[in-house]
Amino acid sequence: MDASRRGFLKLAGVTVVSAAGGGALVVRPSSAEGPAYGEAEVPQAGTKRLAMVVDLRKFTKNDELVTRCIKACRQAHNVPDFGDDRKNAVKWIWAESFETAFVSQEFHYLRADLEGKQTLLLCNHCTNPPCVRVCPTQATFKRSSDGIVMMDWHRCIGCRYCVVACPYGSRSFNWTDPRPHIADVNPDFPTRMRGVVEKCTFCDERIRSGQQPACVEACTNDELIFGDINDPESKVRQVLGEHMAIRRKPDLGTRPEVYYIIDDPRTLMEVAPAAVVSEEDDHA
Amino acid sequence: MHDVGKIAGGLVVFLALATSPLWYNALSASPPSVPKLELPPNGSTQCVETAEYMRANHMQLLNQWRDEVVRVGLRDYHSTLTGKTYEMSLTRTCMDCHSNKAEFCDRCHNYLAVDPYCWNCHVAPKEGQ
Repeated sequence: MDASRRGFLKLAGVTVVSAAGGGALVVRPSSAEGPAYGEAEVPQAGTKRLAMVVDLRKFTKNDELVTRCIKACRQAHNVPDFGDDRKNAVKWIWAESFETAFVSQEFHYLRADLEGKQTLLLCNHCTNPPCVRVCPTQATFKRSSDGIVMMDWHRCIGCRYCVVACPYGSRSFNWTDPRPHIADVNPDFPTRMRGVVEKCTFCDERIRSGQQPACVEACTNDELIFGDINDPESKVRQVLGEHMAIRRKPDLGTRPEVYYIIDDPRTLMEVAPAAVVSEEDDHA
Repeated sequence: MHDVGKIAGGLVVFLALATSPLWYNALSASPPSVPKLELPPNGSTQCVETAEYMRANHMQLLNQWRDEVVRVGLRDYHSTLTGKTYEMSLTRTCMDCHSNKAEFCDRCHNYLAVDPYCWNCHVAPKEGQ
């Protein structure tokens, strides 16, 4: 036991030193919850908060890329495929029509290119995640090092409070053993077992080894952009500063960290005329 | 007090039979059966810590790895023994050497009648690889 404690303390020391490596030690505010609902969301200097931007301009109405992203995720994380069986469905990243995805915005007379558009949905990795608040075992928690709403499947007892608490439907319960429903098991990633909740983890295992999330890697033209939203120089901040972006159900105060650029696709014309041609074909 | 001889004789026979396993073990020269574990097929001779340490503490080490990877977001394990850095991963680091789960993990776990649930979720290396 002594030796393992020693090893742990060593690692803890290494963590502190590497955290301090970027500069002086950053004193964080005492409230871990951040500002209360209604207060401005001021990025805290020195903290990392991973976020994703979905550039809806670059997706056509029924883009094949949507399927490609879902498949990449499914393959990377051994997500079971239950086909049309919606009761058992396990979703990490999935697609709904634009109107369904942004139901609380109550869009009327929606711009034609957005109507019925397949929109990629995933866990929003909220700054104020309701799933974390209800979890009785801390199996789901907000990781302070990067803001990922993580899952520790070892700890999940399958109470499903989080499934009820999440307003985005991002959490799925394994009602049956998922293994028989995984076509091609990736040996580098665990499957889940019956009675465990699962969801998107922003590909924490890939980020750890310096890769981009699987869905982002499936893209070819920055359709999905991933990065640290607390870093003013990051690409996510850059595109958010240039475009109109919305989030899902912001009125609930969960402060989701997945942004959807809803600019007119015709603004792409200056940069990528090819994309606009396919967009028009799609509307015809 | 008749049949004293029969009763005493019977008791002696009974005690001899009842304690026979103890006598047998004490007198037989064969050492107690201990499961023979398969050494890493890839020829690796050194684990992340000493074999004695691993035998006694691998469960705590794995729990520590699990918490550091999942909850803290760390990745590297700095071995105090070899001074090398290993990725904290059951399937990639441990099973990379101990690739035969049946001849390594299971053999000892079965002997001790413990049933860890690692493989309910983690994917064991395919047999014969």
